Amino acid sequence: MSTETTLDELPMAKALNAGLRQALADDPKVLLMGEDIGPLGGVFRVTEGLQAEFGKERVVDTPLAESGIIGTAIGLALRGYRPVCEIQFDGFIYPGFDQITSQLAKLTNRGGGAFSMPVVIRVPYGGHIGAVEHHQESPEAYFAHTPGLRLVSPSTPNDAYWMIQEAIASNDPVMFFEPKSRYWPKGPVDFTASAAPLHASRIVRTGTDVTLVGHGAMVSVLLQAAEVAQGEGVSVEVVDLRSLSPVDYGPILDSVTKTGRIVVAQEASGFVSVGSEIAATVAERAFYSLEAPVLRVSGFDTPFPPAKLETLFLPDADRVLEAVDRAMAY
Amino acid sequence: MTDSPTVRFLTAGGAFEPTPGAEEYASYLERIGETELRRFYRDMAVVRRFDQEGTNLQRQGQMALWVPSHGQEGAQVGSAYAARPQDHIFPSYREHAVGLVRGIDVLAIVELLRGNTHGGWDPTDPSNGNFHGYCLVIGSHSLHATGYAMGLQRDGLVGTGDPEVDSAVLAYFGDGATSQGDVSEAFVFSASSQTPNVFFLQNNHWAISVPVTVQSRTPLYLRSRGFGVPSVQIDGNDVLASYAVTAKHLDEARAGHGPQFIEALTYRVGAHTSSDDPTKYADQAQHDLWVSRDPIIRLEKYLRSLGEGDAFFAEVAAEAEDFAADIRHRTLALTPPDKALIFDNVYSEPHPVVTEQKQWLERYEASFDTSPEASSVTKEQA
Repeated sequence: MSTETTLDELPMAKALNAGLRQALADDPKVLLMGEDIGPLGGVFRVTEGLQAEFGKERVVDTPLAESGIIGTAIGLALRGYRPVCEIQFDGFIYPGFDQITSQLAKLTNRGGGAFSMPVVIRVPYGGHIGAVEHHQESPEAYFAHTPGLRLVSPSTPNDAYWMIQEAIASNDPVMFFEPKSRYWPKGPVDFTASAAPLHASRIVRTGTDVTLVGHGAMVSVLLQAAEVAQGEGVSVEVVDLRSLSPVDYGPILDSVTKTGRIVVAQEASGFVSVGSEIAATVAERAFYSLEAPVLRVSGFDTPFPPAKLETLFLPDADRVLEAVDRAMAY
Repeated sequence: MTDSPTVRFLTAGGAFEPTPGAEEYASYLERIGETELRRFYRDMAVVRRFDQEGTNLQRQGQMALWVPSHGQEGAQVGSAYAARPQDHIFPSYREHAVGLVRGIDVLAIVELLRGNTHGGWDPTDPSNGNFHGYCLVIGSHSLHATGYAMGLQRDGLVGTGDPEVDSAVLAYFGDGATSQGDVSEAFVFSASSQTPNVFFLQNNHWAISVPVTVQSRTPLYLRSRGFGVPSVQIDGNDVLASYAVTAKHLDEARAGHGPQFIEALTYRVGAHTSSDDPTKYADQAQHDLWVSRDPIIRLEKYLRSLGEGDAFFAEVAAEAEDFAADIRHRTLALTPPDKALIFDNVYSEPHPVVTEQKQWLERYEASFDTSPEASSVTKEQA
């Protein structure tokens, strides 16, 4: 365990707040826009205090219209600004879908490189918070399918602090998926050392028998599963994707070459998902290393259920371990 | 804000008879003289001939699609000349005349519709007059125009009082677009931030085959008022009305007085695109009525009443022919784009997937190379 004195224990929401504050301070072209992000600080308080510090021109409470938020952010980017849009909840992003997929994702290409689209779209996503319909979804796959976008998702406060700044510094559109169930648990944040590159995946626990891959809130579930498996004599390696598009396959393929078994886990429904894509790629590229079929653990292919049933819908450590058992049976 | 009657200076017959609604705009005509009127006429006539050439070239297989502008030249040329050089223009996809006035090489429109490019001109190149790219998803660009204007505000380019500095954004869309949520959201956002936007609606009465009466039961210029965006309706086939009204409201936008909505009543004399068939739906009597209100003939009659003679009109006709011939020659000389266009600029920064697929396509294509050079290399390697 590190004994660095630069480490602060912060919840992810406050780490993001610190990262946004740093980005606003570093570059006068950065501005935040979204619903309720001003005096309220956003429904999750991620932007708390930032309007008071940087003013209403740089932390903009917008009208309540997602297409309008993304569409005007595109215009601001054409003018040389670096807008960071907050979508209030995962399930509210769809009114902005056309502006994201038909305009934001394609404008750099349409313009032949004459201009960039440095827009970040922050999306609090995922379940485990007991909320009503449209407030617990994982819509990554819709956007991962769209060329021109980059998708990332931090799993720790430290990654959240650094990755939001890296996303804002990127000249491409970045969709920043924030695992909202991880907003509150505290973790160490190192304010002095820069983090890994934005699109690098990372091995967060080493093991020799089976590889688990996931992103966002799923990473803590995988670590929990790995701990249980350890007690049962199964050595589990865990890879935190961090980037969903592009996927950094290096650490994943290195790991599965070593373990010969892999389980890909996610909260999202499984059909045509990020997990499906990773499973297919591992099967193509690591075929001769595999001792067992590539397995997937996902949310069911149903609408996200009412909150009292969410624990049955969302993969937990037991669901992951069930897949680990199946992989180990080969 | 009063319910102002339609603004018109020139009657369909070319007589200078301003309507009551035109009075508050009359002083803006003092900015232009006969030189400018001749320029308006010249550009309208050249673009009409360009448009005809585009249709011809499409029919001859040079383009998959053509988007005619016939009939809307008055609305486009007048408003385009009202913009100052520092203003920014966000067109839809039928604003060929606006592009010409702002200085783009309109061959780029041919290249776009031919399938050589999704863009065609660089809006960041000053020689293109801040004319942004065509936008094919109806109404989407109204929000880009609003965001751009929010940027101008933050750059301190609004309301300084310096006419060389103060800037506005002029966005064009059609009657169909007014039904899109994005246009309503553009009104909301522009009103909320009091952006320097002028939204210029060309109501050409048709959204492909659907008449404007399906889009709205009330005159469209009233649409924006509930959003807090003042508005005016003009005779869009009167280039003077288009110029004067746009000039006034761009001035007000640059001065920081917020957005404005202009509805220009005009008519799409031709088809929506070359793939359309107006004989299935268009009303002949309505068509004939609007042809009798033609913006180019109207200005010709006015210019003749001011003393302009046959020589000028013959000169413009010859120039239009030359322009069309030049477009034809350059269209026939176009070559297909390089395959790198598929992959380059999908992202601004390096992307492993795009890089890998670009290299894969090169290897794949090379694997079919049966030229002597390729086979000799194979033999040597063997």
